[in-house]
Amino acid sequence: MEEILSKYKTTAEGDVKVWFKAASIHDFTENGGACVKYKDKQIAVFNYKRKNAWYACQNVCPHKMEMVLSRGMLGDYQGIPKIACPMHKKTFSLETGENLNGDLEAIATYPVKVEDDFVFIGFSE
Amino acid sequence: MKTVIVVGNGMVGYKFCEKFVAKAGSENYKLIVFGEEPRPAYDRVHLSAFFESQDAKALELAPASWYAEHNIELITNERITDIHKTKKTITTVKDAEFSYDYLVLATGSSAFVPPIKGVEKEGVFVYRTIEDLEGMLGYAAKIKKNNPKAKAAVLGGGLLGLEAGKAVMDMGLEPHIVEFAPKLMPRQLDSRSSQVLQLKLESIGLNIHLSKATNQILGDTTITGMEFGEDDVLDVEMLVISAGIRPRDELGKTCDLEMGVRGGIIVNNKMLTSDANIYAIGEVALYNQMIYGLVAPGYEMADVAAEQILGNDTLMSAEIDMSTKLKLIGVDVASFGEPFMPALKGHSIIFENKTQYLYKRINVSLDGKKLLGGILVGDASDYSMLHQIYLNGMAIPEDPAQLILPASEGGSSFGSALDLPDEAQICSCENVSKGQICGAITDGDCDTFADVVSCTKASTSCGGCKPMVVDLVNETLKLLGKEVKNNICEHLDYTRQELYGIIKVKRLTSYFEVMDACGTGDGCEVCKPLVASIFASLYNDTANKEDVIQDSNDKFLANIQRNGTYSVVPRIPGGEITPEKLIVIGEVGKKYNLYTKITGGQRIDLFGAELNDLPAIWKQLIDAGFESGHAYGKSLRTVKSCVGSTWCRFGLDESVSFAIELEDRYKGLRSPHKLKGGVSGCIRECAEARGKDFGVIAVEGGWNLYVCGNGGVTPKHAILLAEKVDNETCIKYLDRFLMYYIRTAAPLMRTAAWLDKLEGGIEQLKKVVLDDSLNIAEELEKEMQFLVDAYECEWKQAIENEESKKRFSHFVNSDDRDDNLVFVPMREQKMPEHWEN
Repeated sequence: MEEILSKYKTTAEGDVKVWFKAASIHDFTENGGACVKYKDKQIAVFNYKRKNAWYACQNVCPHKMEMVLSRGMLGDYQGIPKIACPMHKKTFSLETGENLNGDLEAIATYPVKVEDDFVFIGFSE
Repeated sequence: MKTVIVVGNGMVGYKFCEKFVAKAGSENYKLIVFGEEPRPAYDRVHLSAFFESQDAKALELAPASWYAEHNIELITNERITDIHKTKKTITTVKDAEFSYDYLVLATGSSAFVPPIKGVEKEGVFVYRTIEDLEGMLGYAAKIKKNNPKAKAAVLGGGLLGLEAGKAVMDMGLEPHIVEFAPKLMPRQLDSRSSQVLQLKLESIGLNIHLSKATNQILGDTTITGMEFGEDDVLDVEMLVISAGIRPRDELGKTCDLEMGVRGGIIVNNKMLTSDANIYAIGEVALYNQMIYGLVAPGYEMADVAAEQILGNDTLMSAEIDMSTKLKLIGVDVASFGEPFMPALKGHSIIFENKTQYLYKRINVSLDGKKLLGGILVGDASDYSMLHQIYLNGMAIPEDPAQLILPASEGGSSFGSALDLPDEAQICSCENVSKGQICGAITDGDCDTFADVVSCTKASTSCGGCKPMVVDLVNETLKLLGKEVKNNICEHLDYTRQELYGIIKVKRLTSYFEVMDACGTGDGCEVCKPLVASIFASLYNDTANKEDVIQDSNDKFLANIQRNGTYSVVPRIPGGEITPEKLIVIGEVGKKYNLYTKITGGQRIDLFGAELNDLPAIWKQLIDAGFESGHAYGKSLRTVKSCVGSTWCRFGLDESVSFAIELEDRYKGLRSPHKLKGGVSGCIRECAEARGKDFGVIAVEGGWNLYVCGNGGVTPKHAILLAEKVDNETCIKYLDRFLMYYIRTAAPLMRTAAWLDKLEGGIEQLKKVVLDDSLNIAEELEKEMQFLVDAYECEWKQAIENEESKKRFSHFVNSDDRDDNLVFVPMREQKMPEHWEN
């Protein structure tokens, strides 16, 4: 279990070595999410249309270690963009990864950029 | 570093640890705890809950890891056999020796077994530990196999005895309570209240035998009965002894501590025994010449001992409050202060109503100014307030009878909880005062009940004070001008009913239209599904229209399971299915290797489907004539039926046909919570229709229509709404009832809870539905007819539209499957591997 979590480390935009071209922006529902496969990682990517922003984080929910966050629901907590896990509604900030309604480990977040209608996710490795 | 050894890991022993490690200075001490039972301390007060859950872990006060996290060494399964006072060491049953600086004896008590001839026979149990209960369960199962109507007796009609009686009843045995005294709960109740309690308990199936002295237990090696007098015998196959407790004071005796004449280790108000390094707390300690068998005094003792060891001077209260309130087999029983007061000390005011099994007695001082004590049976909702008035010596109304008479209009007769003095103790388990609770709101930053609980710990132990804490929180918020409102969430400052009205009037049709019109921010997992449900109720929008605002299950039109796979439930109206269709379900299950199970709603659930396979699975089902079963939605699930007059020789009408008609009519109907129905062909009620939100039962001359029942956490029988109606009238009433519920209920409120909250209750509902008192019947019927006509199978929609099919893929950039899935074998099928935590 630890092993799965150790794959995911929050990446700052400055540390990005690889911008992975994930998919066309049209493949992501507005105000919804989808899961991107990068090597042996699963990354949840969200098209937060309401804020005109994109977010990415690990797909695994640290509560029960299931690969489901991309199927969760977007929203905000006092202005902070968040994702609610579909399993037990644990919520995480999409900016810091922090668990907003409990004391679970923070989730790892990744930078996203959009170029020529394509979504890129930044990794440091 | 000094060492404190705690002997005993029961509720009080655990509380000592909890209190000790939370105090300043405790980091200079090493704590070692010995428990003789195999598991860490558990909640013995709620032992009978074990029969319902069979889950020992749920009763645990803290997991073994808690002790480790707090640097406490917990050694279970090891009894202490000796104390060497001068050497300051102890010896365990395994001959290990440990040194201490301070010793805390929290060995508790054991069940008292009276010296009756034959108590050693097989089938005789005591009621004290989880192991005792497991023994009883095993034995009960054995005797029930030979005799399904087997009887079991409980010796002792006190508090614990009645709890044991409930346990015996839950095991499916005929329960008998045998009490030596002429009344039940002789320590807490007077004769009249005890009679009221007895009537109530008899009405729910307990047999009660008073004034019985047991001469001997009959049987060769196994119990067959109890003999009271020469011709007075009760045949029973099991006996549970619950005749009181005896302190576990052996260690005190062997190491020569000062002991009480009838047992118990004598302690002073520092909880110190006759040895300056040994403390005793809980049911082994004799304080004020008394053993206190309640949790609250035990917890106070734990606190005092912890303070004393750390060098502080907290002392035990001189007078111990023995007030108790409990729910015995669903019956409220409470007594406080002086329940039995001699006539020369004051006057008693008594309210008794045997038809409702109610008894209330309060004792007031001769001058009528002070409350001295009282007894409540049947309804103890006034207990918290009465208890506070008694504890704080508060003024009482000129006519004290107002304290127990049913409240007149305008609410309770003695003002609000805020009238209590700040030092009034609200939560006696955690010792939290009114001042602390209100202060958490006024001075701290709490502004909900949940905040206050996590900040003060009030009501986290027995939960008895919860209603009063809720009152205090709400009234303090009101006082501060903070509105206590059941608004939906931080984004929508309305109740569900208000929002329903707004959306309907403004004809709003998308989520962000609603947010722009009356919300703030971007929404969340609470308001999004709620708005989706309102759209469905108003326009019959299916979940495909705006999938990103749907709840987890609605989003993918399937129920998400433990490992992120889904279950598939095709609709089988009324539970009627052809062999051909059964074969199709079987083929789908085989093809996709799904775990199959019959559900409680007479249909078939296929588990373990991967997200990517859902469209193909549903295509195959739909091609064979199936539709979505909406098992994932807050919507109509099934209308369960018995076979009815088509086959049954008792049936009065065609229950299957009518169930199918109803299920087809309301399929796809979204509602504040799930909806279930049932139709039975006669009053034998094989469809369990009265356990449903709506139930129809055939009688001579038509259908009886019942509403607002459910199973689940709080089972409720549905209540009669209309009698002997024909099919058409039944549907008309159902249309009105369901639509009225959909319009007005709070989110996630089932019909039973909705009816509880509906002002005027069932009578009011009858007026609205039958007599059209609100003049909305026509409108309700029209709205329902619109929804019925607008029905579409949402799975058919989903697979026929390439765009909406896209979401059924685990990866957006690959056709690979989720490689994180692990299944393990389960009998001849499979299941997800267990969660680690």
